[in-house]
Amino acid sequence: MDASSDESERAWILITPDKCSGCRLCEIICSLEHEGIIWPEASRIRIYEFIPGINIPHTCVQCPDYPCMEACNFDALAVDESTGAILVEEEKCTECGACVLACPGTVPRIPKGKGSVIICDLCGGNPKCVEICHEAGHDALTLVKGKYRSVYRTFAKDPVKKSFELARKVYGEEFVG
Amino acid sequence: MRGYAGKLLDIDLSGEKIREVELTEKMLQFYGGRGLGTYLLWKELGEEWEKVDPLGEKNILLILTGPLTGYYPGMKTAVVSKSPESNGVIGSVLSSEAGLELKAAGYDGIIIRGRAKNPVYLLVNDEDIEICDAEKYWGMGGIELYKSLLKDAHGRLERNWKLRGIPKEPAMLYIGKSGENKVRFSVIMTKLMHAAGYGGFGAVMGSKNLKAILVKGNGPLPDVYDKEKLRALLRDFWEEFFTMNTFRQWGTGPGGYSVGRDRSSQPVRNWQKEYHDDERISVVNFELKAWIKKYWADYGCPVNCMKISYLRYGPYKGSLTDAPDYELMAYLGTNLGIFEPEKIIYLSYLVDELGLDGINAGNVLGFTAELYQRGILTEKDIGFKLDWGDEKSFARLLHLITEKRGIGKILAEGTYRAALEISKMKGIDVMKYAVHVKGIGVGAHGIRSELDYTKNISYAVSVQGGDHTSTATLPAKSYEGEIVNAYYDSAVICNFLTKPGFERILEFGNYVTGFEITPEKWLNEMGLRIIHLQRILLLLGGPDVHWDPRIHDDNPEHFYEPLPNGPVKDKAPTKNGIREKVRQYYREMGYDENGIPKEEMLEEFGIGEAKREVKRIRKYLNL
Repeated sequence: MDASSDESERAWILITPDKCSGCRLCEIICSLEHEGIIWPEASRIRIYEFIPGINIPHTCVQCPDYPCMEACNFDALAVDESTGAILVEEEKCTECGACVLACPGTVPRIPKGKGSVIICDLCGGNPKCVEICHEAGHDALTLVKGKYRSVYRTFAKDPVKKSFELARKVYGEEFVG
Repeated sequence: MRGYAGKLLDIDLSGEKIREVELTEKMLQFYGGRGLGTYLLWKELGEEWEKVDPLGEKNILLILTGPLTGYYPGMKTAVVSKSPESNGVIGSVLSSEAGLELKAAGYDGIIIRGRAKNPVYLLVNDEDIEICDAEKYWGMGGIELYKSLLKDAHGRLERNWKLRGIPKEPAMLYIGKSGENKVRFSVIMTKLMHAAGYGGFGAVMGSKNLKAILVKGNGPLPDVYDKEKLRALLRDFWEEFFTMNTFRQWGTGPGGYSVGRDRSSQPVRNWQKEYHDDERISVVNFELKAWIKKYWADYGCPVNCMKISYLRYGPYKGSLTDAPDYELMAYLGTNLGIFEPEKIIYLSYLVDELGLDGINAGNVLGFTAELYQRGILTEKDIGFKLDWGDEKSFARLLHLITEKRGIGKILAEGTYRAALEISKMKGIDVMKYAVHVKGIGVGAHGIRSELDYTKNISYAVSVQGGDHTSTATLPAKSYEGEIVNAYYDSAVICNFLTKPGFERILEFGNYVTGFEITPEKWLNEMGLRIIHLQRILLLLGGPDVHWDPRIHDDNPEHFYEPLPNGPVKDKAPTKNGIREKVRQYYREMGYDENGIPKEEMLEEFGIGEAKREVKRIRKYLNL
């Protein structure tokens, strides 16, 4: 990536897990939009709930160095220059899992039966998950713009770890043990 | 077949045999959930129903989805079995993603039979089914299970599928200690604070040595009949649900104050009163003192009626439960003379962790406390004083019940059976203090004031007994009656998400399935068939308990005592008035004058074989 695109303002989905109710309307709308059907594991955004009440939204954060794309040996991943989102060319994907391993947050998912990896494409700039989260009155997902791209990749974290960290905050140390 | 996965998992724990069963046309006539469960139980056990011990190896436990599971907003899973409380079929519906995961795994449900030799849990990951050793999880409550079993199981799924990314957590259904010890009103729990309460199915799971069921499905939901129309209607429904503001803000919590204050239909001190105006129990105090999460939802729910209470201070620090909802505010609060939020949260947390049904536990505790108040049970019988409002003593009693020690051994059988035993023990009839209908403790909505949705025969003739989520009404075939409740429990959707109305929900269902079900078809045929079959099995009962409709299609005695206080003081129904309404209900449902389904109706419904069951009911009742 050249320096200028790194500097430019880009839309980004800001996640505030504390506000997530776990309603998963985002998952439903995402899979309806992309797969035409309700398919919880094939949603580009997934809400994990390893500990009841601790809801962890998990989706692509558009790392500026795109380790997933770098790791792909089949040119199946590309960057949408208008949004910075990853675009998957499904026919080229071999489901090898290299992108999954390369992602610092294990965000990509290869659901059984899908035939390719799935990664958030930001719906071309107007993510449906953000829209529905607002309509549902939560705003756990919001679209923000700013010049903080270098920071984005630090948001890519393992959802299991994130869950226990948030649980420690909400329920306290004694609860989590 | 649209909207259905098309097959059921059939697991025999005795022989560790696992197979698949295809859904048949006949099964689809019963739709799903409670309806399908009733049919499957009748088909397999009907011929010897009264001999089947609900806690024996022969009973069958069904975890079922309905055709609307996953598509309709909100998330429910049905548990259906022969109930150790009513000895009929009870359909109990809980907020669990197990239904969604099952469908995504390619199954409409699980049939569980037999009994494992040692404690086991089930792990379903698509078509990979494992029966695993659960020795080290035995004795655990929900909090420990989520931190150990769920984490371990998810870790296994993740390691096996490392290159596919991190799957979402499996849904987990489990029992607490009381289920392991086969307390008759123990529950199947999920997510620390949700339960399939009515029915006592924790005990059924415990009797099978089954500690937990974990389900992970990775595929899409089954194809639907009309994608476009369904999507448009789903969108409309979402928008309607977004406007349910009071529910969104408080869930059912306002009821803790308002059901007593405005409707005079809240249990106070084992139903000796139904009016109170104690503001300490107001929902605002729960919010201020305990809510750490104000908007919590299950999969696909636009309403978010659940709130999480967690006490960070005081003697009950660490207590974790949902709101509590109105039912538990009433049954573990006002019914026990307790009005302070912290104490109610503590007791609610305790029943969740022990795996007890908060409604029936509160019913048993209230019953016991009234016997203590009247001097029928003494400090010597119980082991300690049991005064109204004394949460510490009620907590001790919950532990005794779970462990089946001392008086707890008798109370663990539930209010009805405990009343029989104590009557024998004391030589006094204490059944008049037992607030149950057909073995099921009556939900926290009284009938005396007639200011609530529950009235006169709501419970008396319902096939689910005291269940407040499936109540009878007159006219019998109205949208508010048990036939339509049976639709919601068979489609398997949430009772709190029925705002669009029965007709539009049917339409939604038809877009999913491609069936052409009209309200008339459901009320006069499909739904009525389910209720008839449930009614037959309820009247057969057995082996330890049988119901005679001439005696038991009635309200608890307390409901005939004039209300002692409040704006509708002195109000109560009369025995004759109720009897007349019960007869009216029989006529409208098509039962005979004794409340028994008619043989010719069964032929019409295509379940003519059930005539042999009706014959046995008549024989038993000498009719």
